[in-house]
Amino acid sequence: MSDAAAHAMEHHTSTGIDSRKVAIWTLIGSECLFFASLISTYLVYKGKSLVGPLPHAESQCMLHGAMQKCEGVFEIKLVTTGTAILLFSSFFVVMALYGAQKGNRKMLVGWLAATVLCGLFFVSMQVYEFNHFYHKGMGYGTNLFSSTFYTLTGFHGSHVSVGVIWLSTLLVLAIRGKLPPEKSLNLEIAALYWHFVDVVWIVIFPVVYLMR
Amino acid sequence: METRSGTIRRMARYFPAICLLVLLGCAKDYPQTTLLPRGDFARLVDSLFRTTVFWATIVFVLVEGALVYAILKFRGRPDDPEPRQTHGSTALEIGWTIVPALILAIIAVPTVKTIFKTSDYATGDVVTVEVLGHQWWWEFRYPGLGVVTANELHVPVGKTVNLRMTTADVIHSFWVPQFAGKRDVMPGRHNPLWFKAEVTGVFSGQCAEFCGIQHARMGFRVISQSPEEFQAWADSQKVGSPLVNKGVVPVDSTVPADTAARAAKVGRDSLMKAGLALFNAGGCIGCHSMVGTAMAGTTALRGPNLTHVGSRTTIVAGMLENTEDNIRKWLSNPDSVKKGTLMVLPRKLTDAEIATLVAYLRAHK
Amino acid sequence: MATSVIDRSPATHAPENTGIWSWITTVDHKRIGILYGATAFLFFLIGGLEALFMRIQLMKPDNTFVSAATFNSLFTMHGTTMIFLGVMPLSAMFFNYFIPLQIGARDVAFPRLNAFSYWVFLLGGLFINFSWLINAAPNAGWFGYANLTERTYSPGLNTDFWVLGLQILGIASMAAAINFFVTIVNLRAPGMKMLRMPMFVWMSFITQILLLLAFPVITIALVFLMMDRHFGTHFFIPEGGGDPILWQHLFWIFGHPEVYILILPAFGIVSEVLPVFSRKPLFGYTAMVFSGAFIAFLGFGVWSHHMFATGMGPFADSFFALSTMLIAVPTGVKIFNWIGTLWGGSLQMKTPLYFALGMIAMFIIGGLSGVMHSSPPADLQQTDTYFVVAHFHYVLFGGSIFGLTAGAYYWFPKMFGRMLSEKIGKLHFWLMFIGFNVTFFPMHFLGLNGMPRRVYTYPAGLNFEFWNRIQTYGSLLLGVSFLVFIYNLWQASRKPADAPADPWKGATLEWLIPSPPQEFNFADVPPVNSSMPAWDLRRAGGGQLPEPPRVSGAGIHMPRPSYWPVVAAFGVLGVIGSVLFTEAFPHWYFITLGGAAVLFYGVYRWAFEPAF
Repeated sequence: MSDAAAHAMEHHTSTGIDSRKVAIWTLIGSECLFFASLISTYLVYKGKSLVGPLPHAESQCMLHGAMQKCEGVFEIKLVTTGTAILLFSSFFVVMALYGAQKGNRKMLVGWLAATVLCGLFFVSMQVYEFNHFYHKGMGYGTNLFSSTFYTLTGFHGSHVSVGVIWLSTLLVLAIRGKLPPEKSLNLEIAALYWHFVDVVWIVIFPVVYLMR
Repeated sequence: METRSGTIRRMARYFPAICLLVLLGCAKDYPQTTLLPRGDFARLVDSLFRTTVFWATIVFVLVEGALVYAILKFRGRPDDPEPRQTHGSTALEIGWTIVPALILAIIAVPTVKTIFKTSDYATGDVVTVEVLGHQWWWEFRYPGLGVVTANELHVPVGKTVNLRMTTADVIHSFWVPQFAGKRDVMPGRHNPLWFKAEVTGVFSGQCAEFCGIQHARMGFRVISQSPEEFQAWADSQKVGSPLVNKGVVPVDSTVPADTAARAAKVGRDSLMKAGLALFNAGGCIGCHSMVGTAMAGTTALRGPNLTHVGSRTTIVAGMLENTEDNIRKWLSNPDSVKKGTLMVLPRKLTDAEIATLVAYLRAHK
Repeated sequence: MATSVIDRSPATHAPENTGIWSWITTVDHKRIGILYGATAFLFFLIGGLEALFMRIQLMKPDNTFVSAATFNSLFTMHGTTMIFLGVMPLSAMFFNYFIPLQIGARDVAFPRLNAFSYWVFLLGGLFINFSWLINAAPNAGWFGYANLTERTYSPGLNTDFWVLGLQILGIASMAAAINFFVTIVNLRAPGMKMLRMPMFVWMSFITQILLLLAFPVITIALVFLMMDRHFGTHFFIPEGGGDPILWQHLFWIFGHPEVYILILPAFGIVSEVLPVFSRKPLFGYTAMVFSGAFIAFLGFGVWSHHMFATGMGPFADSFFALSTMLIAVPTGVKIFNWIGTLWGGSLQMKTPLYFALGMIAMFIIGGLSGVMHSSPPADLQQTDTYFVVAHFHYVLFGGSIFGLTAGAYYWFPKMFGRMLSEKIGKLHFWLMFIGFNVTFFPMHFLGLNGMPRRVYTYPAGLNFEFWNRIQTYGSLLLGVSFLVFIYNLWQASRKPADAPADPWKGATLEWLIPSPPQEFNFADVPPVNSSMPAWDLRRAGGGQLPEPPRVSGAGIHMPRPSYWPVVAAFGVLGVIGSVLFTEAFPHWYFITLGGAAVLFYGVYRWAFEPAF
């Protein structure tokens, strides 16, 4: 990216906005349709599962080789914590960007590290949750709820993971002092993506976890 | 000038009619044509289609005419002066936005009316048939009449038939063009269709949704009969039907006094006995319901109910005429007749066995 | 650009870099365009051959030229190939080559991403077609209706090749769509406002938006199907509570916009060709832009007209019928405006114009038969019959292919610096026009007279043989027309470069630079004050423009070649293709991980390598 940014500055664009920024907005627009398809499927199949477990209500599940009564699987408290942390991270990345633009490396590195940690926490929360569900007898193909749930949240989780890797890369650059103010756009673009991933979760969280 | 435009106007008026005539003229040779409706549902669709064709033809003539006229009229040479540079005309453009919209509205009104007439089951005095699509044959059940048959849908002329349709496996589409439009049979739901046959006769139908390797060989017939013939058919089919008394019929153990009749009965009984043994031993009962077998009362099997197979005009989903030769060919090696068919023989049958089965099956009128 | 010093002295004869490595690592949009074109044309010929095999099989009743299984693979692969490997990438050839030239840009916004798109497309196309070699070509239709495509009814790798191949191609399309979208938004020459863009750029722009919004939906649908087939879910399996109709909705929410993805570029090309050869501006430029946009917008609200026979109920049927009919209005505006462009013009009857006019004439027929089955009850007789086959071939062959061929004749001199023969071109046109109509017009009759689609044969008693035989003769003629085209290309390649910069007196920027263009396209971008900047300049110059010189161009920063996009493309192939091995190889996910590692490494090296 070293020369690219310099040349990007040199290159005129019709909108005056850097092409990479337009590109990330375009990607975000397209991604909306990905998540819209996944969320619609989740909603269309809501309540259509033939066996348990279900998100909230009690149901009959196949567990340890026999049908038995099982509770709703969701752990709302845990996920609410994860949600809050993901939301905070959106704020953190804004602070990091501010630091980057001001050339305040301490601020940049500190806030960016916090963002990455939040992302990591969220991903770990999800890994824990999936694992927990699995042990409650909810495999990927167990019922329509489990399939739509894992696909939707897993797809989102993989987006968070990509964001974590991306931001970590920028964090390493920042620590090495290779993210000066004139290259803060690199962080801004990653931050746009990160905000998008958060916003999607703001839709998923109530639709999946809170709606009964 | 006057006469010329008059001629053009007359031609324009008759052109769509001429086109339809041409289409209809050819249509009568096609057993699956949509253009000669013989049922009320198909007639509703047909009148809608004619309206559309009428307007489409007018639009076609005008627009292609304008295009061809422009091509012929405005040819230029490389050294011609530059033509007048026009950039558009708001009035014209508004005009050719509104006029097509109006024509579409003319089509839209009867369309919506017909949609509401054709979307649901018919009501009133109807014959109800349950249609079940299978890879690659059709099952028809008449719950009210206690009949289960395959690939030949018998209907009484002049009486509305309600079809309640679903599938045993993948999506198929039920289509008898001269009676009604097609409608898909979907897993996990029932779709409605209805029609009233206007004339008696045999009509051709076919699956219209791609459903696997033998989609092309998933034909069927609709046999429209007088109410009396239909009733007689239903009565005969009811005997030994899986829907009636679990397919059990009392065995006729009387012995005719007449010598010839007695000999005939003994012969028939021994044929039935040998055929039945083979039907059981050969594994046919794995997929086929058949009077006199343990599966006589079962309806959820993969193959057609064979209880009255001898009364059908065709076998193998309308593919072959129901003749001795064809049954023999089919039983010798189904896969060579219809590659990929789900009818699998547990083992190869000997010629003698096949002969017995052919006679046995054909005896089941 | 303004800041660098550009050498505008005449070019000394610098040796051009033409080795195979230069093509593999190229990031030049013109070279990538040519790669797209050559690859797509080859796939197109394969798709055409598949069609010919089908026509021979259907020539007579109960024919055994090919087996049922082969026929089903043929029509599946014909559809899949023509859409994803033929028409879309042929459009992509023109996007690549001419969007930057028409908007006065040096290259696309992301040249390496552009290379990546091409290589992923190539690998995806090879991946799907590889299935022929192991006798496992997809066989469940290009629409892949569940639950037929589930493992129970489609065991074997056939459907897997289709699912995974489309997924790979989808990535190529998405990457390209983002690239062209940004290019058009951001890299226009000074003065080229949105409403001064050439109509081809406008229609391409709308196409990219359709791609961006439609492809995610099919991606998700394919993910569901893959999960059903390999990972135990029941998205479309009724026995597990799933509903196959969901597949149809997802598929057609993608599938209908896809139709416009296939046709809008051709609309754009025709809108370029008509004014140039009528020597008068496009009639109603603004209306053309907005009708295109309106078509695209409505295109997302009509998907269920592919499903009228599924029994959606009267309200859904009515809604989708009306929205579908509504699309005819902006489409009509386009056709009328084209005729308006011709009206009063001075038609130069050159081959590109022949094909453009053929396109309009044929598209009208396709449009009208489309209106016929926009009416759901009528559609109950027409859907899944040859009437529909006729309809969409009039739209996609009569429309897209005629339009794209017009583009090929129009732009070939610009791309290769050589003129195609007019004589052979017109022969090509008439053979194709007649062959096309003989092949596809009788399909209307057959459909209305009861011949269903996707049947490998038909019995003699239904009287389908007469028209089928005629159609087969027509299709052979159509095949010959393409041989004539290939001959035309071949004879042009053998003669010395003879094309001037502007053989047609074009209206747009690409005609102001030498044929073929130099790597940097424009040493200086001319002023743009209207949608026809070349005409403005010609008028200002008294009707003639001097032949533009080839200049040295030293000092212009051009993107550096890179092979990391190729590496990343192989990574994509590894990740997605690995799912083929779930049965054969218990540790199949090592292939996935290997592919992911290659992809990751490729993207990292790409991200950290200097772009210029």
